[in-house]
Amino acid sequence: MNEEDFDLIIEPTKGFKNYWRDLWRYRELFVFMAWRDILVRYKQTVLGLAWSVLRPVLILIVFTVLFGKLAKFPTEGNAPYPILVLAALLPWQLFANALSESSNSLITNANMISKIYFPRIIIPSSAVIVSCVDFLITLALMAGVMAWYQYLPDARILTLPIFVVLAILTALGGGFWMSALNVKYRDFRYIVPFMVQFGLYVSPVGFSSTVVPDSWRLLYSLNPMVGVIDGFRWALLGGDVDLYWPGFFLSVLIGLAFFCSGLVYFRREERSFADVI
Amino acid sequence: MSTVIKVENLSKRYYLSHQQKENFPTLRDAITRTASNLGRRLLHPLRASSGQPLEGLDSTEEFWALDDVSFEVKQGDRVGIIGRNGAGKSTLLKILSRITEPTKGRVSIKGRVASLLEVGTGFHPELTGRENIFLNGAILGMTRVEIKRKFDEIVDFAEIEKFLDTPVKRYSSGMYVRLAFAVAAHLEPEILIVDEVLAVGDAQFQKKCLGKMEEVGKEGRTVLFVSHNLSAVRRLCARSLWIDRGQVSFLGDTEKTIQSYLSSSIPMKEGIVKFKEQQDKPAYISSVELLDEGNNAQSSFLVNQLVKVKVTFVANRRFTLWRVYVDLKNPDGTIIFSTTTQDNRDVCPIERGIYSASLIIPSQLLLEGPYLLSVAFGEPPTKRHDYHENAIVLNLCGTSFVFDRKIGFLSFPFEWELEDELDDKERC
Repeated sequence: MNEEDFDLIIEPTKGFKNYWRDLWRYRELFVFMAWRDILVRYKQTVLGLAWSVLRPVLILIVFTVLFGKLAKFPTEGNAPYPILVLAALLPWQLFANALSESSNSLITNANMISKIYFPRIIIPSSAVIVSCVDFLITLALMAGVMAWYQYLPDARILTLPIFVVLAILTALGGGFWMSALNVKYRDFRYIVPFMVQFGLYVSPVGFSSTVVPDSWRLLYSLNPMVGVIDGFRWALLGGDVDLYWPGFFLSVLIGLAFFCSGLVYFRREERSFADVI
Repeated sequence: MSTVIKVENLSKRYYLSHQQKENFPTLRDAITRTASNLGRRLLHPLRASSGQPLEGLDSTEEFWALDDVSFEVKQGDRVGIIGRNGAGKSTLLKILSRITEPTKGRVSIKGRVASLLEVGTGFHPELTGRENIFLNGAILGMTRVEIKRKFDEIVDFAEIEKFLDTPVKRYSSGMYVRLAFAVAAHLEPEILIVDEVLAVGDAQFQKKCLGKMEEVGKEGRTVLFVSHNLSAVRRLCARSLWIDRGQVSFLGDTEKTIQSYLSSSIPMKEGIVKFKEQQDKPAYISSVELLDEGNNAQSSFLVNQLVKVKVTFVANRRFTLWRVYVDLKNPDGTIIFSTTTQDNRDVCPIERGIYSASLIIPSQLLLEGPYLLSVAFGEPPTKRHDYHENAIVLNLCGTSFVFDRKIGFLSFPFEWELEDELDDKERC
């Protein structure tokens, strides 16, 4: 019998051929996993979906009072301070939730990994989708706050999807790295929450990145979320807000490098997940 | 028939780690180890070979869970896979279902594979039965359309209509398993790989599962079935593969495979098994022998021969009350009978010494086949001083024509009375 007569050849080291075809074949699983995580999310909670609104609102209030009122940081253009914060909170929450969810996703689905085959990449990726739901809710909140302040964004808002994709790619990259590392070294279970907490203060969420001295801006942009957050503010606040382009491109580059290296690392480690987990 | 699974020289290596402190390597370990590795490499650049762990650094040991396994499965075959715990059966299934990669060799597969290494993989306790059917179906590789089409059938099979919208965490374990199996049973793969799934659920449900699997087999689909339940393997599979220590020990007709598997599970074949001295015990069994009428030790007997089971034991003190117990099991583990020296006489007290008790199994009592004998020595009412489970194997060979072949457990020559009802006179 010829080799061509078989549908599937399992061999070591080569990895599995047709990985992308498999991924396409399992697209429904991807949807179902995301759907499951969304369904499960607020089961047995009293407030349910309200939590998705409550959390950003609380952070918004704290940051506005802390940075806007007490520390008296300047805003960008003529945007009210809450809008400045919320415009950054949008991508930051997306990134932070997606990263934490996907980092733990392989561990929480350990049972599936050791009992069933499917392209493993589905797990951390679908975990990111859940955060997108939260993102949409926060976006609605943003619309509400903007209406309250009667602050109108201009045509730049049309570029927002680009920055959303950028935030997702960065989160995915981090998610691939962290989830794969987490399988081997459970230390990352403790590292990720710390990173997220830390990141909230080193990223320009509660303040504008214009606060950072010009000579440090480029260095500051090594944090890929700086570019994403600046992009969000640029797209949402409109008019007078300028984007610091060199920094932005550096951030984008680092974000993309994160994503690609994460993907490669994940693919390499993926083969041994079932043996190690 | 065409070959649908072709396994060539398949091997899988695991590294057994002998660090005893932690199960999961921590980052700290990895960093210190990499550092010391690097140091060694710099010191001994010639010895360092890429990828291979340096000797003495990690106390890891190679372990070949599968070692050069080759076999083929034809379309429509139902193949049982048997072997002791840790023989490599599950590793083989994991490679075939692509959960883990082989270290060497290759597998070629034709057709869609579904593997059931566990029932209810991916079930989420918070989701309802309905939601879990869809989720689990998708995990097992069904499309949404397929699941929708079979939804009613699945619910019927699982008998959970009433609880369809209850989270499965509130299910009884029986309901949970039924639902999980029901989803799996409605997969329509060309090749089905099943591992010990039937070890769950009550007897009635197990029967239902076996029935469903037989059905699957009859539809011409290929089934690989791993189980410790030999009677299930017998019922389902025409051919079987016996794996021992990572290698194929036997592949062929299920009956023959099971026979050779069972006869290998006991080291002694001469019809005598000796046990270690245990002077610290009040009494212990020193040997068990299978003897024919002329007191010759044998391991195989004909059905119409009588068999003596001679149990020799050492009493290290006086016993006023004592028993020797023997029970006989078939390969599935069903006890056919159990008996003690008390059965037909009151035993007298014994002094310190060596004694033997022989049980006589009459000829034509049991059906042909392998049997496992367990022996024990005890002191009523509660003390069991020595016990050897499956101490020896008794092989009974048949003499009857195929036509007269009996089924069940006994070959006892029952009495029949024949009468001619017309002239009311005994003829035969």
